[in-house]
Amino acid sequence: MKKLNPLWVIPYYLWLVLFVIAPVILIIGYSFLDIHGHITLENYQTYFGSGKYLMMTFNSVWYAFLITLLTLLISYPMAYFLTKLKYKDLWLLLVILPTWINLLLKAYAFVGIFGIDGSINHFLEFLGIGPKQILFTDFSFIVVATYIQIPFMIIPIFNALEEINPSLLIASKDLGATPWQTFYKVILPLSMNGVKSGIQAVFIPSLSLFMITRLIGGNRVITLGTAIEEHFLVTQNWGMGSTIGVVLIVAMFIVMLLTGERRK
Amino acid sequence: MKKEVLITFNHVIKKYDDQPVLKDISFEIEKGKFYTLLGPSGCGKTTILKMIAGFMEPTSGDILFEGKKINNIPANQRQVNTVFQDYALFPHLNVFDNIAFGLKLKKMPKKQIEQKVTEALQMVRLSGYEKREITEMSGGQRQRVAIARALVNEPKLLLLDEPLSALDQKLRTEMQYLLRSLQKKLGITFIFVTHDQEEALAMSDEIFVLNNGNIVQSGSPVDIYDEPINHYVANFIGESNIVDAVMIKDELVEFTGKQFTCVDGGMKPNEAVEVVIRPEDLVLTTPDKGKLVVTVQSMLFRGVHYEIRCLDDLGNEWLVHSTKRAIPGSKIGLSFDPEDIHVMRFNESEEDFDARLESYSE
Repeated sequence: MKKLNPLWVIPYYLWLVLFVIAPVILIIGYSFLDIHGHITLENYQTYFGSGKYLMMTFNSVWYAFLITLLTLLISYPMAYFLTKLKYKDLWLLLVILPTWINLLLKAYAFVGIFGIDGSINHFLEFLGIGPKQILFTDFSFIVVATYIQIPFMIIPIFNALEEINPSLLIASKDLGATPWQTFYKVILPLSMNGVKSGIQAVFIPSLSLFMITRLIGGNRVITLGTAIEEHFLVTQNWGMGSTIGVVLIVAMFIVMLLTGERRK
Repeated sequence: MKKEVLITFNHVIKKYDDQPVLKDISFEIEKGKFYTLLGPSGCGKTTILKMIAGFMEPTSGDILFEGKKINNIPANQRQVNTVFQDYALFPHLNVFDNIAFGLKLKKMPKKQIEQKVTEALQMVRLSGYEKREITEMSGGQRQRVAIARALVNEPKLLLLDEPLSALDQKLRTEMQYLLRSLQKKLGITFIFVTHDQEEALAMSDEIFVLNNGNIVQSGSPVDIYDEPINHYVANFIGESNIVDAVMIKDELVEFTGKQFTCVDGGMKPNEAVEVVIRPEDLVLTTPDKGKLVVTVQSMLFRGVHYEIRCLDDLGNEWLVHSTKRAIPGSKIGLSFDPEDIHVMRFNESEEDFDARLESYSE
């Protein structure tokens, strides 16, 4: 291969340094500063010492887990079904399409749908069940978050399923496997990398959702994302906000390690 | 030994969107033999294989397995295994788990599986490779894993779908010997699909030559090579010189303006026919001694022999395989024996052909 002129690499290194390495170092640095700018371990003590933050962490992980699980349960069969369709690329495009719309717009749309005067409550009234509080519940938070994350789960699974050599499925049948056996002995293990990528793409952002927690969850669901926002924009305690950020970065690495491709 | 029929095709027709791929095919496959379906791509040979394996159903006609109709039996319930062209080994499993795949599905005890996999690996000369990943194996090794994976299930019939086409010449020859010896040792019926006539001639007990969804000729490699039924078979199997001729009477044929005695018969007097002479049956000699006088056009060294292309005065091309050299541009004679001339009738069916051969060879 021809050797690249080293000058070409500079913009990419510059990008990495400015937008990846520097912010991470800044966050780590800030996490050791108290509100008056003195170096301290207080933030970490508060974080791990008070039940408030640990509860919040647990909440975030728990909701992110529920959202990821629900997304996976919906996306896997859907991706599998999509690969069987004749115009699968068109259908995939339709699945991806909502990601082109701004998150806020989608969130507001759900406010309209789930609201006391929204279409779902109209329907419930029609059925005689009467209006129910849907908006600002855990339920609506998880439903909307799942809806938003589904495309990010479907795409990697769809691609992994598409990559499976069809002759492997024929071979499995030839060796005596029923369709169900072929599924869990061949299709499922071979699409596992797609599932892992999907989990990475969904779980980590779900840990720090804050727009939806506010608009749909009505601040009843407090996650680490909401807490960070609070510290930076309201209480101006950048140190504490950064500490939570560091925790999220560590959590991200843990997830990556757990779901990463094992190299042989 | 009594002939035991394993597979029967009864007037099987297969159409894709009204396009016939197989046009009314009937044949029998006996137990314990090595069969080859030979033909160019699109002749229907892979379709036959898929129907035997159970991946495809005939449009009409019946397929019998040991006398029982199996048209609608799914592939996973047939005692048939396949070695695929691209091997189709499972990339997420190592060699052991690939071979054990079928046995595990049968819920065989672990000990027994281990023993069988070890035996299967021994058979294909890959002992000690159990823990290898498929990605670490070469093409030839993958091929042998694929064969072991199929044979370990002890099928009554092994189907091989052009399994050697991706290998280089040397490995291919090696695999031909391996397959032939495995088949002899295990006594399992093999059906091998290929477009390579050399492979077919080297390994088979019986060859079915296919063209355009029909079986054109079936028989032992020697029969098909020595007595091709028509122009297509003569051309497809081996190299041949084919010229138009007239059958004056039994055992006398005229071509290139001369009459020659031959050993064929059973045609109408003065019937238009074609004559085949194999390149290795033509012997170089001096023009005055030759039955044909030709001009040498070109000569290629092929290792075992020279490939000499000649033209006669009427413009027919003659291909000669000889260990002797010939100088391009020179006039030489070609001689041959009466039994080297093989006469073919136009549009003769296989039944008529066999009957005619029977009648005059008595």
